[in-house]
Amino acid sequence: MSYGRYKKYHPLLYRPRHPILWWIKKWAYTRFILREMTSLAVMFYAIVLVLYVNAVAKGPEAFAAFSEWLASPLSITLHSVAFCFAVFHSYTWFNLAPKAMVIRVGKKKIPGSAIMAANYAMWAAVSVALYWVFTTI
Amino acid sequence: MTETDINTTIEEVATIELEVFRYRPEKASAPSFDTFTVPLHDEWVLLDALNHIKDEIDGSLSYRWSCRMGVCGSCGMMANGEAVLTCAAFLKDYAPGPIRIEPLANFPVARDLIVGMDDFMEKLNRVKPWVINENGKSVEEGEYLQTPEELDDYVQYTMCINCMLCYSACPIYGMEPSFIGPAALALAQRYNLDLRDHGNEERMDILSSDEGIWQCTFVGECSEVCPKHVDPAGAIQRYKVEATNNWWKSKLMPWSN
Repeated sequence: MSYGRYKKYHPLLYRPRHPILWWIKKWAYTRFILREMTSLAVMFYAIVLVLYVNAVAKGPEAFAAFSEWLASPLSITLHSVAFCFAVFHSYTWFNLAPKAMVIRVGKKKIPGSAIMAANYAMWAAVSVALYWVFTTI
Repeated sequence: MTETDINTTIEEVATIELEVFRYRPEKASAPSFDTFTVPLHDEWVLLDALNHIKDEIDGSLSYRWSCRMGVCGSCGMMANGEAVLTCAAFLKDYAPGPIRIEPLANFPVARDLIVGMDDFMEKLNRVKPWVINENGKSVEEGEYLQTPEELDDYVQYTMCINCMLCYSACPIYGMEPSFIGPAALALAQRYNLDLRDHGNEERMDILSSDEGIWQCTFVGECSEVCPKHVDPAGAIQRYKVEATNNWWKSKLMPWSN
């Protein structure tokens, strides 16, 4: 028995191509891609920070110009978008933290919810500290 | 029961449609879908429907199954794009249908719903999923004792039934077939975390290679589809943390090895 390339008792495997748009087929995959892509927002913040330090180093005039740019509508729009993305990014990673961190104290395993809570608490603490630094100094 | 009662009972048997993936390389080089109508009984799972098709409608339908109770791990297929054990997925949950049954994604198809497993078998072997202990105790010396906590560290990874649903849910494996994959990595962790085992270093080479844990981008769907709650995604992330710690340790404290 044969058809085309098929010969009896010799399996002819069918290998479908992995679709390029695999990540829109399922919400879980889309969420994963969003989580990965929102890291660009984190990169955006890193670049802004570098430019900020650069402006400070150059002197008062450069710093004033940079502050002006920060207050521009374009910058505010970019920052609002980046902020939402960064929050989504942090939120998804903090929720995944217990998977990678299995901590034991004595005989007891620390529950995942406690590890998640600790991450959020640290996030809040660092945010408050930074807010204090930028508003009082 | 009167004759009319019997007739109404027969008419009332609900049915559901299955669109089944067919690949018969001796007849056509491309796969196609056949539609079958099967009775929709509350207690029927997808596997019952497939068995009904094979027994009553089309005996040429090919698929794997054995225990029909979630232990053998051979009846995994895609139902409406979701990797499931067909013995554990009830027909009524898909009502009113139709249900699209396809072979496990990311694997080459040999015939109808049967996929080639060679790649998985080879990878499973590569992670050495057995206790490595060269200086093992003799029988006279007695058994190895483990506390419940020590057992608890790895027992969930022992639940794996090699059903390969996790490979079907893993887009990384779909795109990078060289990736060792969720189940094999979880099973490697099963032995790494077992105190009787001393094969950690032997497995390290393969696990932390390009084909191992670092291919994983933590999509996490492997753990979602796992019928035994093995959590391969968790196993891989834990191993990443361990491998990173070891790397830092070897750089910062080279004398510790």
